[in-house]
Amino acid sequence: MTSLERSWADPPGFLGWLSTVDHKRVARRYIFTTLVFFALAGLMAATMRVQLARADNDLVGPDLYNQLFSMHGSAMMFLFAVPVMEAVALYLIPLMVGTRNVAFPRLNAYGYWIFLFGGVMAFTVFFLDIGPEAGWFSYVPLAGPAYSPGKRQDFWAQLVTFTELAALIGAIQIIATAFKLRAPGMTLARMPLFVWAMVATAFMIMFAMPSVMLASSFLITDRLVSTQFYNPAEGGDVLLWQHLFWFFGHPEVYIIFVPALGMISEILPVFARRRVVGYVALVIALVTISFLSFGLWVHHMFTTGLPPLGMSFFTAASIMIALPTGLQIFCWIATLATGTRVRFSTPLLFVIGFFFIFVIGGLTGVMLGAHTLDQQLHDSYFVVAHLHYVLIGGAVFPLFGAFYFWFPKLTGRLLSERAGRWNFWLFFVGFNVAFFPMHFLGLDGMPRRVYTYPEGSGWEALNLLSTAGALVIAISMLVFAANVIVTWRRGARAPENPWKASGLEWWTRSPPPAHNFERIPVVDSRTPLWDAQFPGATVQGLPDDVRSVLVTHVHDATPDHINIMPSPSIWPLLAAIATTLLFIGTVFNPWALVWGSIPVAMTLIGWFWPKADEVKSLREHDRSPNDFKAGA
Amino acid sequence: MSARPDLDVSRLPTYAFGHRSLMFWGTMGMIVIEATMFAIALVTYYYLRGRALHWPMSAPPPDLLYGTINTVILILSGLPNHLAAKAAEQENLARVRLWLLVCLAAGAAFHVVRVYEFLTLNTHWSANAYGSIVYALLVLHTVHMLTDYLDTIVITALMFSSRVTGRRYVDVNENADYWWFVIIAWIPIYFTVYLVPRWFP
Repeated sequence: MTSLERSWADPPGFLGWLSTVDHKRVARRYIFTTLVFFALAGLMAATMRVQLARADNDLVGPDLYNQLFSMHGSAMMFLFAVPVMEAVALYLIPLMVGTRNVAFPRLNAYGYWIFLFGGVMAFTVFFLDIGPEAGWFSYVPLAGPAYSPGKRQDFWAQLVTFTELAALIGAIQIIATAFKLRAPGMTLARMPLFVWAMVATAFMIMFAMPSVMLASSFLITDRLVSTQFYNPAEGGDVLLWQHLFWFFGHPEVYIIFVPALGMISEILPVFARRRVVGYVALVIALVTISFLSFGLWVHHMFTTGLPPLGMSFFTAASIMIALPTGLQIFCWIATLATGTRVRFSTPLLFVIGFFFIFVIGGLTGVMLGAHTLDQQLHDSYFVVAHLHYVLIGGAVFPLFGAFYFWFPKLTGRLLSERAGRWNFWLFFVGFNVAFFPMHFLGLDGMPRRVYTYPEGSGWEALNLLSTAGALVIAISMLVFAANVIVTWRRGARAPENPWKASGLEWWTRSPPPAHNFERIPVVDSRTPLWDAQFPGATVQGLPDDVRSVLVTHVHDATPDHINIMPSPSIWPLLAAIATTLLFIGTVFNPWALVWGSIPVAMTLIGWFWPKADEVKSLREHDRSPNDFKAGA
Repeated sequence: MSARPDLDVSRLPTYAFGHRSLMFWGTMGMIVIEATMFAIALVTYYYLRGRALHWPMSAPPPDLLYGTINTVILILSGLPNHLAAKAAEQENLARVRLWLLVCLAAGAAFHVVRVYEFLTLNTHWSANAYGSIVYALLVLHTVHMLTDYLDTIVITALMFSSRVTGRRYVDVNENADYWWFVIIAWIPIYFTVYLVPRWFP
């Protein structure tokens, strides 16, 4: 074992497993956890589809159906779509920018535990028949104390608190890591597009998520201690909820979608075997989308009777966001069209599936963005079709492409290409069979969120078709799961760079060692591994008897100082447990906010207080910037 | 084999102040998030006010005295805070200790007065939406004050312990940044909670 390996190794045993701060181990758990939640939320969708397969079905009653669609939506948004993108980023970004860990490793571990406990709480209460029942956007007054007695909506509000806290922590990690830990020479203009996409996403998270945390805190205090934020009888306002929720909720769509754009920009050039067309245009488009995403929220509220001028403004903004999105699609088409010997491997198939599905979803988006048409289609199955085309087409297809693409890096084994094709085609066909008919159901007037519909409504055949499609999707997911399980045990071994890709993450072993790279390279271009000579130089002189990383300047990535990273610690887990007690305690007793904060404070102090061996090791290496200025 | 000489970083410092440090970016991330939270809470206040016939709703405005005293205390606490940050950048332990203690004293005075602020708000969170949002603004700010105060206590204890290392000066420096944030965030809240109901009823 080299000195470098020893410094970055986790302590052995179960305690070591619990106290790891290795971004790769944490992120792998994170990804796995989100996929389990994805599967559970998918099973809920399948149950709803079976219920809707024929008219007047009584498999699921109205109360359970309410909980099913509320939990399906909440879990897919809060427990799958956003966290899975962040989890992939927390795995990949340190590797892509050429460093050894994320900027705040212990906070990273804490964020994961918070996410896990929040998700486990949500599913536990669902199975105890206290799952959320007012939809994923939980409108008041339905979700308020008068119409949703009991604890169901309180748990929903705390689910939001858990998951948004974890998401905000992830956002800080992403920004600090991407800005300050890039390998020397990787200027901002050379940063991989996936990293750019995640930086844009992280900024959206930081500006959007506080809104929903505040909104759900107001909701829970209205329910538990009789504040009057949403109570019109006492000067409150129900539309306030919708504004606060959608000020978060619309950027949320882009928080899910923009990482997928980054994934496509990484995958596509590799299979087209050329550099991506329009790097600068793609970056500008990502940033533009992030800004515009905050100017759209009212298009979810077109039927609430807002002033016409406001409606027109939000209609214009909603249609405008199609421009940067379209720009990206043209850049990718140009990349593919001018590529040489394009290889249609599974990752690329999923990207092409994205083109097809997402463009349809984008077109229905432009339709719904026009408030005149929206008045007619609001709360119908047309909206259900649209949002699934956008979210599954826009995010889940690229995500599956990303799984096939980066799986060899994570595990050292290549997923089966044949099973991958089956996975893709079953998913693609099943998806369109399941969701395309919903456009017609919506146009024909079928409302969302009804647990059944009467015989003779004329909706029977399309609903049955849709259910058949959903079952095909389920089969495609089984193929994926089988592919992963079989490959994990006995798949073909992957070399360092099986796809001949250009990013730094392919420069290290598959899977990477705990310290990521033996040496930190100096980067000279946007596609370092495709350079004739790489690496031209490497970084020397980082102490390898401690966990040291090189901190560089934000813009030009010139070396600035050496940072010694914290060692593994059990405290983040303990702090997360204390935080969980506080969050769940407040559902039952508001004073938990007070007494629950005592263990949180204690665990945070335990986390922060330096241990004797850490102090010793820091002192051995300490070199002050003040001495450096004096030239000592 | 390398075509160019390798990049030797062995003489670089092991910590740095200001925007060069990782802690700065972590702190700024926190500040952006919390500032958004405050901004949205303030927008909520004005949104509710815009929909009300009378403002404040069936209550006299909060008493000016304690809120104004606290505004003065907070602004004055900027001075020891600034001096603690400067001393940290110079790695002057004695001065860091001194100014941190002054900061703690200012914080203690602030929290005592804050209790009286709550007692003289002249409304209650359950009375109406006005009471709810006034309480929300004050509680939100108090929670940030308390967490930063606890943070300052811990870092002060650490600077008096035998475990001081170079990077703790960076922590003191960034703790001061966050203190500036809770000072600055208070100004629009003070204006909104105390002055708006008087000047723009």
